[in-house]
Amino acid sequence: MDLHTLTAHELAEKIKSRDVSARAVTDAFLARIEAVDGDVKAFVTVTADRARETADAVDRRLAAGEEVGPLAGVPVALKDNLCTEGVETTCGSKILRGFVPPYNATVVDKLLGAGAVSLGKANMDEFAMGSSTENSALFTTRNPWDLSRVPGGSSGGSAAAVAAGEAPLALGSDTGGSIRQPAAFCGLVGVKPTYGRVSRYGLVAFASSLDQIGPFARNTRDAALLLSVIAGHDPCDSTSVPRPVPDYRAGLNGDVRGLRLGVPSQYFAEGIAPNVQAAVLQAVELLESLGAKVETVSLPYTEYVLPAYYILAPAEASSNLARYDGVRYGHRTTGARDHIGLFEKTRDEGFGAEVKQRIMIGTYALSHGYYDAFYLKAQQARTLIQRDFAACWQSGIDALVTPTAPSVAFGVGEKADDPLAMKLSDICTLSANMAGIPALSQCCGFSEDGLPIGLQLMGPAFSEETLLRIAHAYELATDWHTRRAPL
Amino acid sequence: MALTREEVGRVAVLARLALTHDETDRLTHHLNDLLGQFAHLQELDTEDVPPTSHAVPVQATLREDVARPSLPREAVLANGPQVDPEAGGFIVPQVIGE
Repeated sequence: MDLHTLTAHELAEKIKSRDVSARAVTDAFLARIEAVDGDVKAFVTVTADRARETADAVDRRLAAGEEVGPLAGVPVALKDNLCTEGVETTCGSKILRGFVPPYNATVVDKLLGAGAVSLGKANMDEFAMGSSTENSALFTTRNPWDLSRVPGGSSGGSAAAVAAGEAPLALGSDTGGSIRQPAAFCGLVGVKPTYGRVSRYGLVAFASSLDQIGPFARNTRDAALLLSVIAGHDPCDSTSVPRPVPDYRAGLNGDVRGLRLGVPSQYFAEGIAPNVQAAVLQAVELLESLGAKVETVSLPYTEYVLPAYYILAPAEASSNLARYDGVRYGHRTTGARDHIGLFEKTRDEGFGAEVKQRIMIGTYALSHGYYDAFYLKAQQARTLIQRDFAACWQSGIDALVTPTAPSVAFGVGEKADDPLAMKLSDICTLSANMAGIPALSQCCGFSEDGLPIGLQLMGPAFSEETLLRIAHAYELATDWHTRRAPL
Repeated sequence: MALTREEVGRVAVLARLALTHDETDRLTHHLNDLLGQFAHLQELDTEDVPPTSHAVPVQATLREDVARPSLPREAVLANGPQVDPEAGGFIVPQVIGE
C-alpha cells in the first residue's frame, strides 16, 4: 500500500483504528520526500527526527488508549514564514538565514495540539513576494505536474509538497493569492480564509491588513478539517475574530440547490487564457445542473485592484520589513562603521531584488508629498472595491465564481525578468485580500498538456462553510481531484 | 510623473538601503514602469470616498493589565549576530558621541 497516495482523512482513520502506525505513515512520507524532493525541491528544511518523535508519541497515546486529536499522526508541511520553535525559519530570504524562532506560531501549536506531525518547512518566494518561488533566495521549486514549470507562489513549496505526495496537507499564507494561485497551478484545494479567521501570531508579517494563513489539501474535506483546526480567536493577534469555529466538514452535504452564484464579467476578459475561461464556465454549468442559480454580475472597480494592491501591500511591507537591521537576528554585514551603515549594508546584502523593489515602492508611496496621491488614493480605491463586493452580497449572491489564475502554470524563467507580467498572474486573486473575504481555489480541469486549471470561489466574510460546500458538491460530480501528478 | 535617479536615491535613504549604482538604475527603471502602468488609479474619482485601512473593522482590543511570563533573555539573544551574553545585550556600533 502506498501510504503517500492517501488523503488526510484516510490516514487519520487508519492511524486511529491502529490499522497502521503513525510512525509508519511518517516514515512513508519521509521516504517519498527522499525519493522525489531532489526533483521537486519543495522543502527548505526536513525535520525527520522531530517528525518521527512526534509520530512515536501519537502511537504511544493510542497504545495507552488515550484520546488523540483529529489530525493524530497526519503529516503536514509548513510554509517557511511560520515560526517553528527550534527549527530554522528563513522566509526564503538570506536576511533570515540561521534564524531559529524561540516560539511557535499559533497555527503550529494548534496543529501539534491536534496531533499533526510536521515534516518540515516549505520553500517560498522571499517574504512571500512573488508568484513562482523564483524569488526564493534558496532555490526554485518545481511543479510536480511538469518539472520545467513553476508551482506558483508565493506558497509554492507547500503546494508542490502536497501535489507530489510528499505531504497530505500543508499550510501557506495568502496576501494577494499566495495560497490560491499555487493551489490552481498544482491542482489542489487552497483556502484563503476571511481576514481575522485565523491567527497570524508567529507568521512573519508581509502586509498586515491583507495576510491570512490557510490550508492546502487534495480535496475539500481535508481542507475543511485543516481549517477547522487552525481557525479561531487568539489573544496574541488582536485582528483575529472572537467567533465560534464550526467543524467545516459538517456542511459538506453535496447540496447547492437554490444557491445563487455570480459570474463577474470582469474576470472573463482579455488576458485570461481561453482554456481557463472555458474550463471555469463548464464548471459553472455543472453547478447550475446541480441546482445552483447562476447570474452574470459586475464588479466595476476591478481594474483598480492591481494598482491599489501594489501600493498598499508594498507600503505595509516597507514598514514591516524595517525590523531587519542586522541587530537582533539574521544576517549582519561586516565592517560597518556606524549604525546607519550597519542597517543600510545589512539590508542591501540581505534582501533580494523583488523585496527591495517593493520596499522602495512602499517607501515612496508613504513619503512626504506623495502620500495623498498614492497611499490615500489606494485606500479610497480599496473602499470602492469593497463596495463592489458588498453590492453583490446585498443583492443575494451567495458566492462568485472566477478563474483563480489567468493561465496554467508557466515555465521556470518565463516571467522572471518581467515584473509586471509576474504580477498579472495574481490579477484574479488580489481582490479577496483587499476586501478581506474568504476565497478558495479548486481544480476544474486540465490543459491539453496535462496541467491543472483552477477555479476560484469568493463569498461574503465568514462564508467559508458555503464555499467549501459548493467546492465539495463540485468534487462529488467530477474526478479532477483524484488525478495525481506523474512522478 | 517620472521618478528621477536622484529621487530614487532619496527614497533609498529613507528605506535604509545602500543601493549600488546598478541597483539604483534598475530600480529607477522598474519603479517608473510600474507607476506608469498604474497611472489610471490617479484618474479614479474618489471625491468623498473614505479610505479603508483594514478589510474588517478592527478595534483596539484591551486585556487585563496582568504581567505574563515572557521569553527568557538567553532565548532572545540566541539569534543575535553579535551579542554580549554577560551584559545581556546586542552589540551595535557606537551610536552616541565619540
